[in-house]
Amino acid sequence: MPKPAEVTDATFEDEVLKSGEPVLVDFWAPWCGPCRMVAPLVEELAGEYDGKVKFVKLNTDDNMQTAARYGIRSIPTLLMFRGGELVDQIIGFRPKGDLKRTIEKALA
Amino acid sequence: MARKEYEIVIIGGGPAGLAAGLYAARARRKTVLLEKGVIGGQIALTELVENYPGIPSINGFDLAQAMLNQAESYGLEVEYAETTGIEQDGRLWLVRTAEDEYVAKAVIVTAGADYNKLGVPGEERLTGRGVSYCATCDAAFFKEQHVAVVGGGDAAMDEGLFTTRFADKVTVIHRRDKLRAGAILQERAFANPKMEFVWNTVVTEVLGEDAVTGVRLHNRETGEDTTMDVAAVFVFIGQHPNTGFLGGLVPVDEGGHALVSEWMETELPGLYVAGDARRNSARQVVSSAGDGATAAIAAEHYLANSFGE
Repeated sequence: MPKPAEVTDATFEDEVLKSGEPVLVDFWAPWCGPCRMVAPLVEELAGEYDGKVKFVKLNTDDNMQTAARYGIRSIPTLLMFRGGELVDQIIGFRPKGDLKRTIEKALA
Repeated sequence: MARKEYEIVIIGGGPAGLAAGLYAARARRKTVLLEKGVIGGQIALTELVENYPGIPSINGFDLAQAMLNQAESYGLEVEYAETTGIEQDGRLWLVRTAEDEYVAKAVIVTAGADYNKLGVPGEERLTGRGVSYCATCDAAFFKEQHVAVVGGGDAAMDEGLFTTRFADKVTVIHRRDKLRAGAILQERAFANPKMEFVWNTVVTEVLGEDAVTGVRLHNRETGEDTTMDVAAVFVFIGQHPNTGFLGGLVPVDEGGHALVSEWMETELPGLYVAGDARRNSARQVVSSAGDGATAAIAAEHYLANSFGE
């Protein structure tokens, strides 16, 4: 099962904005409890949508430029990108079904 | 819709539910715990738990995981689903979630409580954009800034103190003229040079276009209305029990807390309510865990006596 790769301020452009597939970015930090609940859900979804959607994670402590660029003020935040555009977002912990609906919407 | 059969269904995965799950699983009862969000409930968002006997200091999420692992090691099953309703079916209980139906001989409701919102303009629009109900999640985004904390209880002081690690200034806005928080937390809060207090004051609006830029305040004593520039508003103004899905099955007090016996029994056989969802809960991790254990023991007696198993 593909695990979501780490992206950084340096690789965000290439890995996310220039990606051919839609990308879901998991903004997280090690000290954030709910982020640790979201991570396994994102991993499961990465397996289910393998080949259709790219899943990556960004540590907001180490990559503050990207976090600031998208106005992240709460984590976990999941941002959905398609063709370099931000198309949807989920702020805070949500059950897997909600995450799937957001992904399906971006694929539609 | 799948129909699943259990002896005991536990609704809610905070300390009460996890303790009930541990006891039920160790009694070798086929038990499932249903959790709508995060295991641990409110403590999953707590940075440090320092008042659970025997454990000097632990991260709330880690404590919840330890409780979960312990209960699962004895056979507790966990499913992530929000309960939408409960009803009696002869001697059995039906518990519904969006996708499944659970049949059980006993149900232990440990659904806990959710935080209250301010209910003022701007709050919902700016949630996640500076309005927060979890300092441990969001405080780090306000390094060297001025933030407001609303409330005067344990949670407000705890989270306010945590916020001072990042923010330059933390203004506590409280509607009364003194705090309700415990003595140690009050001492720490008053001793912290980054914390200041605005008394007898309520927030009437959260200001900002794309992100929080300030709050509008109303002084309840002087009647004066002012604004204060802040980059974030952390809201800790109490909680309300998650008993709505019980739909009038059991009597509740004016705050919505279920009325139960000292064994956590409702008036309906096989239905228990424990932890923050019941009336007169002390709302501590340790008391909720105790509640959960009590309910599980009561349920065990009920199954043995009424079903002869």
